[in-house]
Amino acid sequence: MNADCGRDGLMKRLGGSARQVRQTLTAWSFILPALIGLGIFVYGSLVYSLYISFTSWDLLTPARWIGFANYARAFRDESFIQCLYNTVYFVVAIVPLGIVFAMAMAMALNKQLPGIGFFRAAYYMPSITSTIAIGMVWLWIFNPDQGVLNAILKLVGVSNLPRWLESRVWAKPALGIMRLWQVSGYYMIMYLSGLQNIPNELYEAAEIDGATGWQKTRYVTVPLLSNTTFFATIMLIIEVFNLFEAVYVMTEGRPGGSTNTILYYIYAQAFQRYRMGYASAMAWILFVILFVITLIQFAARRRKEEIGF
Amino acid sequence: MKRKKRLHIAVLYAILILVAIVMIFPFVWSVTASFKTRSQIYSGNPLDLIPNPATLNNYRKALSVLPFHRFLVNSLFLATTVPVISITLASMAAYSFARLQFKGRDFIFMLLLGVMMLPGHVTLIPRYALVRKLGWINRYTALIIPPIFSASLVFNIFFMRQHFLSIPRELEEAALIDGCSPWGVWRNIIMPNSKPAIATIAIIGFKTEWNSFLWPNVVINDFLKMPIQVGLTYLQTNVQSSWDILMAATTLSIIPLIVIFMCFQRYFMAGILTSGLGGR
Repeated sequence: MNADCGRDGLMKRLGGSARQVRQTLTAWSFILPALIGLGIFVYGSLVYSLYISFTSWDLLTPARWIGFANYARAFRDESFIQCLYNTVYFVVAIVPLGIVFAMAMAMALNKQLPGIGFFRAAYYMPSITSTIAIGMVWLWIFNPDQGVLNAILKLVGVSNLPRWLESRVWAKPALGIMRLWQVSGYYMIMYLSGLQNIPNELYEAAEIDGATGWQKTRYVTVPLLSNTTFFATIMLIIEVFNLFEAVYVMTEGRPGGSTNTILYYIYAQAFQRYRMGYASAMAWILFVILFVITLIQFAARRRKEEIGF
Repeated sequence: MKRKKRLHIAVLYAILILVAIVMIFPFVWSVTASFKTRSQIYSGNPLDLIPNPATLNNYRKALSVLPFHRFLVNSLFLATTVPVISITLASMAAYSFARLQFKGRDFIFMLLLGVMMLPGHVTLIPRYALVRKLGWINRYTALIIPPIFSASLVFNIFFMRQHFLSIPRELEEAALIDGCSPWGVWRNIIMPNSKPAIATIAIIGFKTEWNSFLWPNVVINDFLKMPIQVGLTYLQTNVQSSWDILMAATTLSIIPLIVIFMCFQRYFMAGILTSGLGGR
């Protein structure tokens, strides 16, 4: 007899669905607090932000709808273009070096030698430290007259000492050095975990084929780390695009806007000049840029895999 | 062959030590400078690391310019409160995503994961406008509620879900048969079996909150509620380049985190190794 028919079947069905309803309610009660909060402060904010970007708004008077004017303005704004250029400079300067440093540090530390734990901790320490606090220390290190960097350079006989953060030429490299120093250790740990996933047999096979140490690095280690390199590169690019705190404490975009970054400019427009609409529009432009870069990288990786690299 | 290997190791150590000096030097420099006298800082040799004579004056001065003890207490409060609430909400949601059945579960989960890809700056301005409308400016609520509901909450959900999936189901099944509700299972079985995972995200959360700057900087200007990083920048504006006072203040803001790092290093590393993404 069909269990779904008759009184027993009906009871079963009702009981079953009642249990299901209860189960669903319980499941939702677990996720609702997180979902409501994120709904308001993330998804809601996202929609709100898009709306603000189409308005002219100074927080005090009501927002006025002005369509795409803020977006058009950004591409005519020389300061914004300069920030874009500066950011690209920082990406080109910091990302490749950061990846190389992180990979090299990880390879050197991927050994069972006494004291290796200390070195790992020491290299990693800058990346857990607040950029605001350590940025002030670097501000002093880079001080052309009282700083320790020029004192060392003088000691080794450099006569034409750079003015670092005060000079249009040296301010960008100085910021770059500080950020490289700070972030490399984080990516080093990523590479360390990548290295631990490379099976030892590959090295043994390479040795049987007579590979030297350098060849093993070049043809075994580096290619097998390409997955780590891929994610580290994406994360580092995003990190450099969001360069803000170091600029805030060390240069405020000076001299002459040569260290101004997109995020710092957005901050200044929004919270010093109260141009909420314009700042929101630039925030969306930055978002789209980052999104497109990430997409390109994923596409490039897929092509590389198809070619069979 | 053996001699060559030994030489290899000697060179490796030399390089490692050199890099370590570069990495640690700014810390050592600021800590030692914080105990130096003003005259040693401005007219002494900058490469001379040992304070002579050592003084606590810089700390006294820093504390007299701005209420740094207050900033430290505020930061300590925020760096514990925000992660505790975030982890509680995250592990509730994660338990639901890992173990309970309901319509649209996987869709909602994917929707949440999207938040991790979202750069925080896009929501900065609307969040500020919202907080202003709610009248939370210069209140602890502004420092607690919006930071909880950010990408780090989603990361915590993702992280805890991965962990819950690795817990054997047999543990819960016995309890469910005994008539334990899902809430009871979550509280009495799942959470007690997740201590290392909780420690990992708690420590990352502590670091993130301790170092957070941009958000508190826009919503707080009352010294009584100000966290340490914002306080530091106010001090910088106040004393300009009085390195003696600034170094005492930066040392105060860096050292607590370094101490915690030393104690819980394992968890810091685990946070990166298991995630790779987010968590910073």
